Amino acid sequence: MIDVIYIMWLRQIKRYWRSKSRIIGSIGQPLLFLVALGFGLGPMFEKAGGGNYINFLTPGVISQAILFMAVFSGIELIWDRQFGFLKATLVAPVSRLEIVLGRVIGGATIAAFQGLIVLFLTLLVGFRPQNLTAFPLAVWLMFLIALLYSALGTAIASLMKDFHGFQLIMNFLVAPTFFLSGAIFPLNNAPRLIQTISYINPLTYGVDGLRQVLAGITYFGLTIDILVLSIVGTVLLIIGSYLFSKIEA
Amino acid sequence: MSDKKQQPIVEVKNLTKKFNGLIAVDNISFEINKGDFFAFLGPNGAGKTTTIRMLTTLLEPTEGQILVNGFDPLSQQDEVRKSFGIVFQDSSLDEELTAYENMEFHGVLYKIPKETRRKRIQGLLEIVDLWNRKDNLVKIYSGGMRRRLEIARGLLHHPKIFFLDEPTLGLDPQTRHKIWAHIHQLNKKYQTTIFFTTHYMEEAEKMAKTIAIIDHGRIIAQGKTKDLKEQTKTKTLEAAYLALTGKTIREENATSQDRMRQRMKMFRGRQR
Repeated sequence: MIDVIYIMWLRQIKRYWRSKSRIIGSIGQPLLFLVALGFGLGPMFEKAGGGNYINFLTPGVISQAILFMAVFSGIELIWDRQFGFLKATLVAPVSRLEIVLGRVIGGATIAAFQGLIVLFLTLLVGFRPQNLTAFPLAVWLMFLIALLYSALGTAIASLMKDFHGFQLIMNFLVAPTFFLSGAIFPLNNAPRLIQTISYINPLTYGVDGLRQVLAGITYFGLTIDILVLSIVGTVLLIIGSYLFSKIEA
Repeated sequence: MSDKKQQPIVEVKNLTKKFNGLIAVDNISFEINKGDFFAFLGPNGAGKTTTIRMLTTLLEPTEGQILVNGFDPLSQQDEVRKSFGIVFQDSSLDEELTAYENMEFHGVLYKIPKETRRKRIQGLLEIVDLWNRKDNLVKIYSGGMRRRLEIARGLLHHPKIFFLDEPTLGLDPQTRHKIWAHIHQLNKKYQTTIFFTTHYMEEAEKMAKTIAIIDHGRIIAQGKTKDLKEQTKTKTLEAAYLALTGKTIREENATSQDRMRQRMKMFRGRQR
């Protein structure tokens, strides 16, 4: 069982590592957000008494990098399906659960690693983490976020036959998930509607957890953050595995 | 001994598959003996690939029974899966991996122990003349090299029956010749049962020991090449085939997969 999960995982890692353009391409957007919003809105944020905006924003853009990469690597399943590779794994004497676990963990590893790259780059832009001892905890949180969205991407991809719906998902699921997660503005003073949406958005808890660990600012508290991420992640993994097992190649 | 040789390795009884009321495979029955070289022929959309998908556990039949190597694809999925190797109509390799990595991946899925795996991969890649290209990414491989690699991969776990869905489609005569030589060798040396489909009638005539022709989801003729020619009073298999299936061109609605494939072909064409 572990062999199969490992080889599925290894395949994802190799594919990721070999596509340097993908690595660089997906660093661009979070950095743009950090520079444009950070330096553009920062002075206003600070004048309003919000504190250092770069410190506030960094956990948000790290989460964004993880979110995009994780959903995308889940959705990549459609690619495997269209070009036959999936068929070859589905006729092998292995359970679908092993395949899906390998895929999701592989996708999550890549996404978390991508988050780590962004974290290092933010240091160059001027982000200063609160203390370095919290670093392992930050990595763990990144992996939790990555796992959750990699499972979600896989679940969605299991329902899709081709790439036609891809843009729809990016625009109506991934983008709102990021913008309504408290990644770029504090939730305290947000209108009721925005707050409510944020509460049911799992990324909110990911951003909040990371912000607590890296910048010492929190809204829900770390325990609730980790609890929500773990529970929602597990549920999505179960749903994803179920939907994947129903795929007819 | 002779009795054992005639044991069927594939048994299909009253097999039917419907897709939303549309009948793709209509109550077909056939048997393939161990060591046979079996050609499954028919026009586009006749039900060839649907039948293969049911035999290889990818699709559940609507009705009927299947036994592959004595196992039921519904209740003994893993036993069936270990029994066959397959080369799909479209490439099913991972282009971002090397040839060796593709083989290695397959070997792990089939739980072949590490040492055995290593030896077998080398042996097979040498047979299909890809050993010196083993560390190249598959995306730079030509169509013929990909097909050879898929054949090698399909044989890694020593299957008893080998399915090949149009293995020579779109390849030049040299490559086709070479591929058939490998497959023939395999059948002769290891008595591996071969189940293949093709649109090249001369290939079927030359290679197959027994033939079944399927049209509109039904098997309309079955037997040795000689029998089919006698039955239709024709001289070649191609003439017999046309006499049986008619000369009308079959139109199939493109599925989303076909469209994607088309787009990918155009995309690849542009890259070169």
